[in-house]
Amino acid sequence: MKKFAKVTSLVVCAALAASAMSMAAFAEDATWKIGGIGPLTGAAAAYGQGVMNAMTIAVDEVNKAGGINGYQVEMNFQDDEHDAEKSVNAYNTLKDWGMQILLGTVTSTPCIAVAAETANDNMFQLTPSGSAVDCVANDNAFRVCFSDPTQGTMSAKYIGEHGLAEKVAIIYNSQDVYSSGIYQTFVTEAENQPFEVVSAEAFTEDSKTDFSVQLQAAQDAGADMLFLPIYYTEASLILTQADSMGYAPKFFGVDGMDGILGVEGFDTSLAEGVMLLTPFVASATDEKTTAFVKAYEDAYKDVPNQFAADTYDGVYILKAAIEECGATPDMSVSDLCEALKKGITSITFDGLTGNGTTWDASGEPNKEPKAIVIRNGAYAPMDEEPEATTEAATEAS
Amino acid sequence: MKKGLSKTTRSNIGTFLIVIIAYIVCEILLATGTMSSGLEGLLVPCCYYIILSVALNLVVGYLGELSLGHAGFMCVGAFSSAFFTRAVQNIITNQTVRFILAILIGAAVAALFGFLIGIPVLRLKGDYLAIVTLAFGEIIKNLVNVMYIGRDSSGWHISLKDQISLHLAADGEMILSGPQGIGRIPKESSFTAGFILVLITLFIVMRLTNSRDGRAIMSIRDNRIAAESIGINITKYKLMAFTVSAALAGVGGVLYAHNLATLTATSKNFGYNMSIMFLVYVVLGGIGSLRGSVIAPVVLNLLLDFFLRQIQLIGDNPVIGFISDNRMLIYAIVLIAVMLVTWNPTMREKRAALFSKSRRGEAE
Repeated sequence: MKKFAKVTSLVVCAALAASAMSMAAFAEDATWKIGGIGPLTGAAAAYGQGVMNAMTIAVDEVNKAGGINGYQVEMNFQDDEHDAEKSVNAYNTLKDWGMQILLGTVTSTPCIAVAAETANDNMFQLTPSGSAVDCVANDNAFRVCFSDPTQGTMSAKYIGEHGLAEKVAIIYNSQDVYSSGIYQTFVTEAENQPFEVVSAEAFTEDSKTDFSVQLQAAQDAGADMLFLPIYYTEASLILTQADSMGYAPKFFGVDGMDGILGVEGFDTSLAEGVMLLTPFVASATDEKTTAFVKAYEDAYKDVPNQFAADTYDGVYILKAAIEECGATPDMSVSDLCEALKKGITSITFDGLTGNGTTWDASGEPNKEPKAIVIRNGAYAPMDEEPEATTEAATEAS
Repeated sequence: MKKGLSKTTRSNIGTFLIVIIAYIVCEILLATGTMSSGLEGLLVPCCYYIILSVALNLVVGYLGELSLGHAGFMCVGAFSSAFFTRAVQNIITNQTVRFILAILIGAAVAALFGFLIGIPVLRLKGDYLAIVTLAFGEIIKNLVNVMYIGRDSSGWHISLKDQISLHLAADGEMILSGPQGIGRIPKESSFTAGFILVLITLFIVMRLTNSRDGRAIMSIRDNRIAAESIGINITKYKLMAFTVSAALAGVGGVLYAHNLATLTATSKNFGYNMSIMFLVYVVLGGIGSLRGSVIAPVVLNLLLDFFLRQIQLIGDNPVIGFISDNRMLIYAIVLIAVMLVTWNPTMREKRAALFSKSRRGEAE
């Protein structure tokens, strides 16, 4: 036991030494230090990995093009295991590294916990994909993606205004913040719309392989559309199971549905006619998207998802905002935050996930969602590009 | 030195001293501003992991039963106290009073659950007990995830379905909203509060184990039939140990809940993995060793969330890059290695030989 105590005291001494060293690391020559936090291990690792990859690509590009305001950019990405406590640990580590701006975190719950810390330190935070309302509750936090309620409201309005359905059934994941958040606002907005929500069935993390009960309920209620505010893995199972029971309603999804065509072993012909509201699709043909998708595929042999696109945009949004306010890396974290708050609210940003995006002090982006339909095994824009959804986006934010 | 004191008492005083010295050192570092934020952020987590590990050691080490449900008790303590704090936020404005009340409520509710679960569960032994407590932890987690509680001017609304069926008025606010948990919890946990709670936890467990009741509890562990034959009420003492342990785990949960702005019950923080993590602390520190239960969580947390994260700040080379990229892998390997080195009989003999040699060396 004494030996153990000795070892422990050694370890503690080493801890102190390391902490002293990290203090010394502050004195560096001027570069931008942008930190990222997201899950690199555990069940949500795919999202964090995509974000880290996209961030690396974007930062390399920015550095090659001469940096931001003439200063190079350094990045550091920390794992949070999709856990609030670990996320705060990651944030503290990044602070020791000398982080000036946080581009994170990737998932909602950790994001809320970290947002409380950044507000405390008055550090500028831009989350690429933290979509819960509370993520940007403080005035130092902004986001690239739509919030959950915005997505729910927009989807309901879109379905209503285009007369896509009369009876809508919903299948959602009650344990997922993202899914249940969209579900709630969808139902609330549906009351103002000409369609009716006839059934709302939940599943949980532990029962996400068999959806026959939920599908049966939807079919019995006579639903002609199924609204799926869930991720693509479960959505692909629902499509397959609906097909095998001979039930063929219209399907409508949100941005989590993006990626359904890439599910292994999934018969993509089943996804024909599936509609989704999403700000990004990897198969879009505009110049920016193709360049990004190519760079991503070359580097990581994988198709980027929406999280990656949001992050790629995030780096360029930071660049635009810094250039707008003329900040330099020698400013204190808090001064930089004040400058960036002014900067980001006065820029108009064109990127992968929407053109003409603007921000107001609430931290929510104002941009159009793209309505996408799957046609001939590929994502294609819906024919009518409606003004109505633009209004919806503005109102909801 | 204290020749009149028994060996256990001296060991206990030593444990207290370790905790107090560690606290003073940390406070000095904090006051002089030399502590890095990475380390500072780990102070409160270390406190609640110590509390959990000491609490579980009471069941595993002294009662001799295997509980895999302590994350569940922690969850109960966390949610009940955070709920209380959010509910009375505008009524009790004194932060200290509110936090003390929150601790008492967290402990009481967790104790109640410990007692209720204990009645049927403690008739079981060994593996069966472990399985049932494991299930209990999962049930608690899932129960919290379907509870929706909000309030508005007309009073409280509770639903087990979803937020919409609460029909909150416009002035209503959600307090507990299912999987989204409890949000906007004021950050009331401090290192000092954590330190005091660790001391109280240690004091309670030490007093209990050194008392008449504690000896009865340990006699059940050593030989249940013999204990029963001399008239010890097995159920009573088992329940006592289990309830006290659950209450302490609840206190750990209170610290946890008030350290982060948001509280959700996921399989990551209150699932069985967490319960097993606590068991790792207990086993690594030494079953029945309170000092080990204090040291093991600190060492493991520092390793995982401080050293392996901060190592990249030292320099830029492939080895360091590999270590910081594969943090979880290295952690697992270190865990296995430490377990072997610390508790493997052969290694212990070698260690003992080495230790006595070095002591002889000192004497010369």
